[in-house]
Amino acid sequence: MTGLDDFPLWAAILVSLLLLVGSGLTLLGTIGLVRFQSFYERVHAPTLGTTCGAGGILIASMLYFSVLQSRIALHEVLITLFVTVTTPVTLMLLARAAIYRDRTEGKVDMPQALSGKAPSRVETTSPDDAPAAKG
Amino acid sequence: MSSTILLWSLTLSQWMLVAAMSCATFRVLRGPRAQDRVLGLDALYVGAMLLVLTFGIRNGSTIYFEAALVIALLAFVSTAALAKFLMRGEVIE
Amino acid sequence: MSRVLPYPLLTASLILMWLLLNSFSLGHLILGTIFAYGASWAMAALQPAKPRIRRWDLIPVLFFRVFGDIFRSNIAVAGIILRGKSRKRTPGFVVIPLDLRDRTALAVLACVLTATPGTAWIEYHAENGQLMIHVLDLVDEAVWIDTIRNRYARLLMEIFE
Repeated sequence: MTGLDDFPLWAAILVSLLLLVGSGLTLLGTIGLVRFQSFYERVHAPTLGTTCGAGGILIASMLYFSVLQSRIALHEVLITLFVTVTTPVTLMLLARAAIYRDRTEGKVDMPQALSGKAPSRVETTSPDDAPAAKG
Repeated sequence: MSSTILLWSLTLSQWMLVAAMSCATFRVLRGPRAQDRVLGLDALYVGAMLLVLTFGIRNGSTIYFEAALVIALLAFVSTAALAKFLMRGEVIE
Repeated sequence: MSRVLPYPLLTASLILMWLLLNSFSLGHLILGTIFAYGASWAMAALQPAKPRIRRWDLIPVLFFRVFGDIFRSNIAVAGIILRGKSRKRTPGFVVIPLDLRDRTALAVLACVLTATPGTAWIEYHAENGQLMIHVLDLVDEAVWIDTIRNRYARLLMEIFE
């Protein structure tokens, strides 16, 4: 990190801002992961880190190496693409596994399967930290 | 001047990522159910990947990029396999 | 065309990936082309259902719409997390009737909905076309149904069907 004093100031400020925004959003996402009460709310939390959080840090890295090596560094596009495509897949699989498990255990506040007449809206206000629900 | 700004913001963002990983670890340890733990593990992987990238910026080396790519790949495969496991209780059907 | 090169788009993106991972040189270009050509034939041997894209010109529209929505809902969800319990918020499931039937379009819709903070795809019933999503801050159910149907499903229908 020493010997970087000829690194242009505008790029340094931009890289720093992107880094701070990215890591801040990732931190906020995981704070939500701790704070939210039920599993279906927690599913939303990591997407903060995988969309704008990862995006900010990856763009910062791209910008830094592009300025440093004075040629365009595009490696990070691969990680960005990979993360944005794979995270929804895993979260979807996880949500479906969770709803399957909740249904087979016969939880009362779960919406029924989507066949025939489905209830249009079911609130999930009760936390699933109930002692009966150790999984 | 610019190296001071970069160094401070890198340190701060690395600490924030470490805090994010601690929150995810809390969710892994606390549960309460298996799907919450897997969700925490996924967030932990993302935090680790971003932390490795910031180490790459700090050392000015692109070697870290490959490590981050491998972590991202492992995150996808392991979370998908664990979600599949939770679905039926067995990975291979 | 399809005899010689079964998946032109896949081959091109694989060559691009190879050149991004390694540095650009003539040797890597040739090696990457050989690998991508072999991989596209391996893909053809698996015989997946080939998606048909009818309107290429609408893909940038979809991209920028998704990009903007992800950005805005990032801010919204960050606000929800920061405010904590001070404001009453009702998370809930919404059932949306969809006219979209194309499998690729549904996959794209699922990825978009789940990647956007604040909405998560829970399940889809193929027989009656009903989709269930979970919304973090459910103010008005009709607004969500209208958003998904008119903002995304219609555009995806134009692209894929």
